[in-house]
Amino acid sequence: MDYFLQQLVNGISLGAIYGLIAIGYTMVYGIIGMINFAHGDIYMIGAFVSLIGFLLMNVLGITYIPLAILCVLVFAMAFTAVYGWTVERLAYRPLRGAPRLAPLISAIGASIVLQNFVQISQGARVKPMQPIFQGTFSVSTGGNFDITISYLQVIVVVLTVLLMLAFTFLITCTSFGRAQRATEQDRMMASLLGVNVDRTISGTFVMGASLAAVAGFMVTLYYGVIDFYIGFLAGIKAFTAAVLGGIGSIPGAMLGGLLIGLIEAMWSAYFSTAYKDVAVFAVLVLVLIFRPSGLLGRPEVEKV
Amino acid sequence: MTGSLLCIEDLTMRFGGLTAVDDLSFNVAPNEITAIIGPNGAGKTTVFNCLTGFYRPTSGKLKLTQPNGKKISLERMNGYAIARHARVVRTFQNIRLFAGMSVLENLMIAQHVPLMRASLYSIGGLLGLARYQRAEREAVELASYWLEKVNLIESADEAAGSLSYGARRRLEIARAMCASPLLLCLDEPAAGLNPHEDMELCELLADIRREYNIAILLIEHDMGIVMRISDHIVVLDHGACIADGKPAEVRANPAVIRAYLGEPAEDDVQVQAGGE
Amino acid sequence: MAGNYAPSTSSFAIALREAGIAGFVAVLLAVPLLGFRLVDSAQGLSLDYRVPWVIFAGVGVFCARLILNLTGSSIVGGVQRSVSQIAIFKRFNGDWERIIGWVLIGLAFVLPFLGDRNLADRATLVLIYVMLGTGLSIVVGLAGLLDLGYVAFYAVGAYCYAILALTFGFSFWICLPLAGLFAASFGILLGFPVLRLRGDYLAIVTLGFGEIVRILLINWQNLTGGPDGIIGIPRPTLFGLEFRIGDDAGSFAGFFGIPFSPAHRIFFLYYLALTLVLITVFFVQRIRRLPIGRAWEALREDEIACRSLGLNPTTIKLSAFALGASFAGFAGSFFATRQGFISPESFTFIESAIILAVVVLGGMGSLIGIVFAAILLVGLPEWFRELEQFRMLAFGTVMVLVVIWRPHGLLSKRALSVRLNQQASQ
Repeated sequence: MDYFLQQLVNGISLGAIYGLIAIGYTMVYGIIGMINFAHGDIYMIGAFVSLIGFLLMNVLGITYIPLAILCVLVFAMAFTAVYGWTVERLAYRPLRGAPRLAPLISAIGASIVLQNFVQISQGARVKPMQPIFQGTFSVSTGGNFDITISYLQVIVVVLTVLLMLAFTFLITCTSFGRAQRATEQDRMMASLLGVNVDRTISGTFVMGASLAAVAGFMVTLYYGVIDFYIGFLAGIKAFTAAVLGGIGSIPGAMLGGLLIGLIEAMWSAYFSTAYKDVAVFAVLVLVLIFRPSGLLGRPEVEKV
Repeated sequence: MTGSLLCIEDLTMRFGGLTAVDDLSFNVAPNEITAIIGPNGAGKTTVFNCLTGFYRPTSGKLKLTQPNGKKISLERMNGYAIARHARVVRTFQNIRLFAGMSVLENLMIAQHVPLMRASLYSIGGLLGLARYQRAEREAVELASYWLEKVNLIESADEAAGSLSYGARRRLEIARAMCASPLLLCLDEPAAGLNPHEDMELCELLADIRREYNIAILLIEHDMGIVMRISDHIVVLDHGACIADGKPAEVRANPAVIRAYLGEPAEDDVQVQAGGE
Repeated sequence: MAGNYAPSTSSFAIALREAGIAGFVAVLLAVPLLGFRLVDSAQGLSLDYRVPWVIFAGVGVFCARLILNLTGSSIVGGVQRSVSQIAIFKRFNGDWERIIGWVLIGLAFVLPFLGDRNLADRATLVLIYVMLGTGLSIVVGLAGLLDLGYVAFYAVGAYCYAILALTFGFSFWICLPLAGLFAASFGILLGFPVLRLRGDYLAIVTLGFGEIVRILLINWQNLTGGPDGIIGIPRPTLFGLEFRIGDDAGSFAGFFGIPFSPAHRIFFLYYLALTLVLITVFFVQRIRRLPIGRAWEALREDEIACRSLGLNPTTIKLSAFALGASFAGFAGSFFATRQGFISPESFTFIESAIILAVVVLGGMGSLIGIVFAAILLVGLPEWFRELEQFRMLAFGTVMVLVVIWRPHGLLSKRALSVRLNQQASQ
């Protein structure tokens, strides 16, 4: 039981990371109806920028941890957002009216460019980092297994919750959020009513990218090891999470992320690590067969 | 009932709390044109969708009598099977053509099933067997015949999506006929047509009725066409049948007038039910 | 960007401002990843600074954008126009397609004699991708089913071939169809769960399937040899004549009494590939005109209309998957026997992406387009082998640029499967 609870904790932290990436997918899919294939690589860039940020903090002598975290977060979110904005501007906007497959090819190309750009500019080898956070605290020491929650995991969860609240506020209560929802529903009508569609779409990409940056930040802290390829696998799993939760729904994306994180943690713990990704994909297939609109999504009805 | 091609018995379709079609019964006879009319939201398209396998009816029976006398039940059949085995073919309110393919190709696809058989599921076709080549020639001839009939023979090799609106409607009907139906279901075939095209449509439908042993079932809002061409009218309102009979009877039926025009005003007003 | 050029009526000030923004963005992009470099050392990670890179990026982009804005449609548009004028791209109709097709085939037959064996070797690789692209064009192009996991069938074909050849000692011509059949059944296996999926969802599930196969290949050591793969796959022979050094009658050189040259085997592989590709291409040309080919296209256009005409979407989709998969299986078999060795590394998602790019860039209805796209995406980068690192970067960039330039594909006119009136000259 204790082992199970420990895996639960692990799974939730992992799930939070997937959830943050998944939100980016779901927002972009909701607003322009395409899978942003390069989103996973934006997350990877966020991880690299965070890593660089941490080292920069060392160099600048900022050792007070909360301040360092804040600085790195801002640093990572800002620069990664620029990457997200640029990809949309260069690779997707010219293809707004094109046949469905064209933006997908462009996205795949952009993904390849981003991966190789990082590989060339930073070197292909894996980057390990000294752990910033040592420190866990025990939740219960009874039984044959100590359940520990590390400070890191607490930070991950707290940060995720705060961000979720902030973004939900942004989407529901601000004019930008309104513009975004309008564009999602009917792009032509929204533009006829004065919504700057281009800016709204760019803004969506920027938001998605900053959330992915936070996920990258977390993964840098959490695993301490990153390389230029982490975007691909995380991207597929995060998209699975978005679909699982119901594409187009932000709470769904987070829910899906948590579920995927839990599935992965549980499968690794109780079965085998080698096939944990297979387990996640199998979940995707089952969800899409039996409930294609996802858990929180609205079923799409084609009118005959 | 003898003589009818399709027997609809107690058809009911419920979506959650909403009853779209309520205990509907009527018959469709061969060599006749039956029209389903009614105000918007009366459930006409729902009936079509139940008939052609897009919805599974909540309850009720849809019994089709084939030429060999055998009866089949449509209510539990798969969508494509209804077209393939029961030979119930429909057109759509929003016109669903294969826009990127040519006009001729659209009509060839309608003959997919016999052509597949003739090509021995493609093997014969690949080997260039004469049997398939002959079948394909015959299919092209049938398609050409219908293209002549609907006046589209000139555009046979053009993309279906590039045709004018009226031409696309005609093409959809021609395509449905190429599928050799027993029951032809037309969903608002006159929508958006100008008066000249209306007349052509009536002539086409009259031709089909005369030359083929099939039944035509149509949903239509254009009362001129309905009164001119139908042999039998069924009026729906709020999912239930409020009139069922020949055009003259239906036209004078007070319930029908009420459904379309509401309660009569105090002044005496001569109303012709929907006619031009 | 390409494709959206307005006439150069913009004033200098606007051009300057846009270039300024572009340069500024470039600086922002460059600062974190170009400006800093992670350096591995004994003490762990540290940072290295490359300020010149950042400045270079900013200034470079600024100048490029400025030039682009000022010259605008005049230069770049002119280049675009003249490229489009090339007859291939302009009003590409059936006659041209036939002529170019035969010219290409003729060229293909004499190609090995036009260059050295490296050319033939590279051309063989291009041919493999042409076969793969043709197979995928059935699934994606004709049937409109977006398959991002096509590499899985490629892998299944290769591994199946290797295992059959090594375990049972069957010859190439027996293993090939068996591998194709096995791949086809995988295709049906994949097809079943995705029958009701549309568009992007289908894409992701097929992507997942491709990854599942790759993970299985890595982990199922007993069957597949795990990450090390399978070695010692028998090379193809010409009616039993092996392409090895030796004077005896069992070797190709010995039998014909000519001095041994490694080029023999490469040429033989090339012609073998060419044969397979020609069979594939003719097969697909043919089947497009049959009812099943039309049914695939109709399904892509409007599935609901198909059902209303009595077409069974299930069998149509499954047949597309199965047939497409079998071609990948054949290609995989050839790949296995050409290399003599296979490992999961050759079957990553990037391969699926390349094959998809070949199909989409080729213009999904056009087999000639696939040839050109394969040459562009596979043949050319081979020449960049030396600049290994930049090869993939260039590949990705080319992919983005070409699809923005021609979103409908390089050659995208659809040929009719049946004509009523004989084709008038255009």
